[in-house]
This record gives sequence, C-alpha cells and structure tokens, in this order.
Amino acid sequence: MRLTAGEDTKHKMASVCFYFQVHQPHRLRRYSVFDTERDYFDGFRNRQICRKVVDKCYLPANRLMLDLIRRNDGRFRIAYSLTGVVLEQFEDFAPEMIRSFQELAATGCVEFLAETYYHSLSFLYSRREFAEQVRMHTAKIRELFGQEPVVFRNTELVYNNDVAHFVAQLGFKAIIAEGADHILGYRSPAFVYKPPGCDDLSVLLKNYRLSDDIAFRFSNQSWPEWPLTADKFARWVNQVNGNGYLVNLFMDYETLGEHQWADTGIFEFCRHLPEEILKHPDNNFMTPGEAAAAYAPVGVFDAPHVISWADTERDLSAWLGNAMQSDALHELYRLEPEIEAAGDTDLSDDWRKLQTSDHFYYMCTKWFADGDVHKYFNPYESPYDSYINFMNVLDNIRGRLRMATRGTGRSVLGRAG
Amino acid sequence: MKVFMLGWEFPPFISGGLGTACYGLTKAMSRLGTDVLFVLPRPVRSEFSTHVKLVAPSQSGGSPLYRIDEFEHVRFRSVDAIIIPYQAPVSYAQQYRRRQRQLARIGATEAGGQGGQASGGPAQQGHYGSDLFAEVERYARLASAIAQQEDFDVVHAHDWMTYPAGMAAAALRAKPLVIHVHSTEFDRSGEHVNQRIYDLERQGMHAATRIIAVSHLTRKIITSRYGIAEDKVDVVYNAIDFDGRKLEEHLPAAIGRDEKIVLFLGRITMQKGPEYFLAAAKRVLEVIDNVRFLMAGSGDMIRRTIELAAEMGIGHKVLFTGFLRGEDVDRVFRMADLYVMPSVSEPFGIAPLEALSHDVPVIISKQSGVAEVLTHVLKVDFWDINEMANKIIAVLRHPPLHSALREHGSFEVRKRSWADSANCCLDVYRRAMDLVASPA
Repeated sequence: MRLTAGEDTKHKMASVCFYFQVHQPHRLRRYSVFDTERDYFDGFRNRQICRKVVDKCYLPANRLMLDLIRRNDGRFRIAYSLTGVVLEQFEDFAPEMIRSFQELAATGCVEFLAETYYHSLSFLYSRREFAEQVRMHTAKIRELFGQEPVVFRNTELVYNNDVAHFVAQLGFKAIIAEGADHILGYRSPAFVYKPPGCDDLSVLLKNYRLSDDIAFRFSNQSWPEWPLTADKFARWVNQVNGNGYLVNLFMDYETLGEHQWADTGIFEFCRHLPEEILKHPDNNFMTPGEAAAAYAPVGVFDAPHVISWADTERDLSAWLGNAMQSDALHELYRLEPEIEAAGDTDLSDDWRKLQTSDHFYYMCTKWFADGDVHKYFNPYESPYDSYINFMNVLDNIRGRLRMATRGTGRSVLGRAG
Repeated sequence: MKVFMLGWEFPPFISGGLGTACYGLTKAMSRLGTDVLFVLPRPVRSEFSTHVKLVAPSQSGGSPLYRIDEFEHVRFRSVDAIIIPYQAPVSYAQQYRRRQRQLARIGATEAGGQGGQASGGPAQQGHYGSDLFAEVERYARLASAIAQQEDFDVVHAHDWMTYPAGMAAAALRAKPLVIHVHSTEFDRSGEHVNQRIYDLERQGMHAATRIIAVSHLTRKIITSRYGIAEDKVDVVYNAIDFDGRKLEEHLPAAIGRDEKIVLFLGRITMQKGPEYFLAAAKRVLEVIDNVRFLMAGSGDMIRRTIELAAEMGIGHKVLFTGFLRGEDVDRVFRMADLYVMPSVSEPFGIAPLEALSHDVPVIISKQSGVAEVLTHVLKVDFWDINEMANKIIAVLRHPPLHSALREHGSFEVRKRSWADSANCCLDVYRRAMDLVASPA
C-alpha cells in the first residue's frame, strides 16, 4: 500500500534507507611503451589491496550487519551495490566474501542494487554497451544471490534525465541520485521524486549532509559535532519527522574501517545506531526498493545536466575535467565497433576492464598539487603517469585488434603514432 | 638590513645556475629595500653593460664601485680574481695562463704600479694564486680588505670558493656568516670528491652561523656528509625571473616542421647525466622516427658525448649547439617540444623552471632539488632510461598530455618567485643576527 501525498503529512515516520557501495577496480600494472605482453593488470597489487580491504573493512562490517539484522528481528534492513569487477576479485582473492554476502542475502533483509558490471561511464559513450553491462550485472546478482534488482544506481551516481528515462525503459522501478542542492532548491531529499515526463521510475536522493556526517566528518575532531554518537545521530533523524519521511544514507562501504578506521569508533557507532533509531516508535529501516514502493513521488527532480556524487562540484569533472581524461575515454570507446567485430572474448573482457571509471579518476589534475582524497587511493605518482600507462595499454589492445581484423578487409584504425 | 654578499656574475656574463641564482636573489632583495654590497670576482668591462655605472674608479688598494639601474639598493664591487663557478683545480691552471697572456696583451707598459681602472691594484701585475686554492685564499684577502671599509649586518657567501672570503669578512667585523650551498662536491664529482675542496666546504659550513640549502636533497647531503646539525640548515628554493620576458612572439619555425625536438640544456658534464639522455634517445628512436635530440651546452664531457652519440648510431639525430646564452637560450626553448633534465645529482635545477616559463613540458630526474617543488612535470629516476624513453614517447605522441603538462606547468612556475626566496633569506639573516647577539 502506497502512501499518497495527503496521508503523508499525517504520518510522522522516518524511514532510514541505507545503501552501501562496494567496488574495487582491476588496477593496471606498470605498462611502458616497450611492453608487449597481454597481461595488463597488476594481479599482485590487486590481491594485496583486496585482502587488506576485506580484512580491515568488508568482512568485519558484514559480520556487524549480519549481527544487527539478526538481533533486530528483521527490522534492520539495508542495501548493497556490488560491482561485477569486485565480485570477480572476491572470487579470485577472497571467496569468503561471496559466502558472507550470500548469508546476508539469505536473511531476507538485504537488497542488492543493479549497476554497470564494470563500474563504467559507458552511458555517456554508448547506450548499447551500457545496456549490455547492466544485463551482465543483473545476471551475476541473480546467479550469486538469487535476487532480481529493481533499483538502479549508475557509476558514481552519474545522473541526468536521459539516464533516468533509459533506466526506466530497462524495467527498473527506482534509481539512486545525488541530492544536489542546485536542483532541489528549497526542497528536501527526504521525499521521493520522479524524473520529468516519466511515471514509471522513482528517484531516491542521497541526503548528503547526513551521509557525509558519517562517511567524512565522523572522525574529524575539529568538527563541532564531534564526537558523533548513535543517539545524537538518531536525534537528527527524528528531526526529519514531519518534514519528509526518508533519510537516505548512501555511502561507500569502505567508510566502515577504511575511510574511517576502526579506532575512530565507527563500528561501535553502527552497532548502536539501529536500536537508537528504533527507540522512536515511528521510525523504521527500509531498503531502497521498499522505500520506492512505500512512498509516492511528491514532485519532479529535473536534471538536464549530468550530476554525480563526487567532490564538491557534484559533476563529471573528476573523470572528465581535463584533455587527457576526455582523450582517453574517447579513444577507448572509439574501439567499440572493432571490438565487437573481432568477437574475441579475452579482448572484449580486457577492453571492458579498462572502462572502469577509476582509471580516469586517477588522471584527474584538479587538486593534484594539494594532495587530497584523490591522491590517497591513487596508485600512480601523478595523473600524467596514469594517463601514459593507460594509453600504452590501449595501444596494445589496438594492436591486437588490428591483428584480429586484418584480412577481413575492415578499416584500419587511424591514430597517428 | 645591510648585506655583504659574496657572489658571482651579473649580466650579460651569466654562465650558469649559480650566477643566475645570485642575480635573481640580489635583484629581489634590492626590491625589498635591502642594501646589498655585492662583491664579485670579475672585472666588469663596462662597454658590454650600458646600464652599469662606474661610480668610483679603483683607488690604490681599493676596487671599483659600480651601480646598475635595476638594482636600486645594490652596490657592486669587483675584485680581480680568476675564480669561476664549477671550476676544477685542473682547469684553473688554464685560466691562470690565459689571464697572464691577457695582461701581457693589455699593456705591459701600463703595468708597473699605476693601477689601471678596470682591475684592482695588486692584481695588475698578475699576482694570481699559483693554483685554485691559492687564488681562493687571495680572493679572501681582497674581499676582506673591502669588508674593512664597509658597514653591514651579515655576510652571505655563495658556494665554496667564497667561503674563505666569507669567513674572513665575518670574523674581521664580528658579524654573522650565512653560507648558501648551491652545490656540494658530491653533486659535482660523485664519490670521487676532491679532498681539499671538501675540506673547505666543511670548514665553511662549520664556521657559518646559519646555512642555506637550495633543496631538501642538498640539505640531506649537508647534514649526513658534512657533520652538520639539522637545525642549522634552512631550505630556500631558487626561482626564476619573469621580468623582461617578452610575450609570445611570432614563431615561424614551428609551421611546417614535422620533427619533434627534445632538448637537453645544461653543462655537458657527469653531474647532468648526458649519457642517460643519449641512451634514452636511442630507445625513443626505436619507436618513433620523426624526432631530434638537441644538446645545448658545453663542458668537460662534450667530446666524449659527441663520440657516444656516434657510437650508438644516433649521431644523425643528435645536434650539439655549444654554449648558448641570452637570446639563443630563449630561441632554443621556443623550438623545443620537450625538455629533459636527466641529472645524476642536481641540487636544485633552474633550467626546468625556464623551460616551463617558455611553455615547454618537462621531464626531470627525481634526483634533483627542483623535483621537490614542481608537480606538473614528469619525474623519472635518472638511471631508468626505459622509463625516460617511455615518458618522452608519450609526451611526443599524445597531444592531450603535452598540452596538460604545458598549461599546468606554466601556471605552476609562475608561483615561484625570487621575492619569496629573498624573504626567506631575510628570515635566515635575522635568525643569524639573533644567534650572534645572544649566543645560546
């Protein structure tokens, strides 16, 4: 039963909606212009990082979530979005993670979202490729967890009206987006919205203030609200009552143990949060799918230009802010017709792994000199090094394509040098 | 604040980084209103420097006093000593003989106690030191003679040849001594240091009240190889001059030129890694052909380097221009598509800053001081010629990389100004003066 606008105002419920993003890219190894081998990915490094994050963050966090779910008799409900590439790495380096997520799935209190398998920006370059990656991803989720995702999130919450329309056509019921102030205006992300001209899709907007309080400010001792305790946060959640009904807390799963280290008390905070929230009888937890089903849209969220959840700009500048990034993306997607024609699964797989948005994130020069969050997770010494590395790999792929399409009379790829 | 500065050349006779750094620093200090008495070991031939005014010809026992228009607060005193930057003891002998011949030509008739206008009195007879160290000592005596007559708060000496002069002047007038380390014997000669030069450097460092290093790299060498306490050394980075830089002129050369030009500009000597440049060039030529390598400069390894290029079979792709100065330096930067500094050990490295200010992307050795201050450049270990070649090829092949480096780099270099360095030096002076006033 969906609550309509009239009934909404009488209800003073706050539904807390958690969604955690889980992703690790296949990082490239050092690849110089003289290298000719076809193994482009740094198996050693990727394994090392995966194990580190699993031990420090994913596994303890999963255990905590499982415990909280069991203790709260199904009232604590959460959602995850797991990229195809992280699932591949779990299968290779940490199979216990797959089992752990399966255990969570079995509780019936965990929803899995859909996204592009390769965590790519393909929507901006090829709808066909985008649709194919979504199909691959939902197949993987179905295979591993027996769920059919109904809620979609695009890579880094890259969103605009076109994305919404396309995703609606793919059959999804709801889509996640950043609660960008310049679109919301005076309105609050505590309501459900819909895209213009589209009645079949609900838009769930991230409450960036409350989400970032946990994800970024939690351990910042010069923050006036430090230390953030579960009861204090529950009070803020309660303040939403009467002023909206959804508190959308969307964040990176690495918040729990990696962005915020265990010694900040983040796990204790999470452990006490459900009971503090549920102390108020009108509060509950919902997954995004449940929220979309429970609440009707109250208005239109009109996003003609692309937004994202990255940095302060909330736009594409982290991946498309300079000439190197746009060149790399352009050259990569330019190969699509030839990749398809070649029909070589290894080649296609490599090409797709190069689409992961992280590769372009590393080429960002925005705050290179200042050293910030971009740099912490950047395996390269400089954005220029990452561009050089990427283009060398792409060159090798192009070479393989040339060999694969030679003799078929197809056009030779024209790129000087 | 009055400074007794023992420096090096001023325009147009600047022969390298040391002279450039002294010039830039002194100019900035003058702008800040600091009074500087700049003593330099070279007679100035005023026909080459029209903005140089001879204020007082040398009296007997004195040295001529000059002023230059753009250096409002600076007075220059030149001393006739034949010490030049980066000189090895071996080449001093050549200089000595050359100077003797010059004096003989200038006018044996004028010699004999009259005291000519262009050189200091006692040196007229050619009483130069018999070797480099003797000359350095002689310079110290001449400089302290000047110091006797001057009023100043602090002595600032640049690189080892002026340390004895600095120590003498400072001791004579009981003033603090600040020595400025632009390079050490380890930078210039690797592990085969000249013991006497090392001893003089060490002596100067220990006698100084405060030490200025041009980078943390150099500071590390000072503290670990010369037995100096870490808190005695401050780092003041070099910078470049933006004055007189003409805005983009019409560049005819680029039109119709297919070939890329990769530039090496600096002394052709071991320290600057010319053989690594050539080795990387060879690798680059295996992959791309329309590129030429330009080596601009001269030095003790020039012959060997030319031979090496030929031996490697890339002689036809490597051009040697010889020593360039002034306009020619600007011209060669404007022609270049990429500047590479593969230095084995570079205390700072001003040339990359000059390249960036000419909108040329830069690859620098990680073993350099300038790598500490620049971020929009490519960095590589000097010995890693494959990676150097990898980066050179990438910059030449990918216009977006070239333009990103160029734009960000030229913006970044504008933040480095001599005014900041001068201010840092003033802080060091004040610290030195405090230490002398109230010894801990």
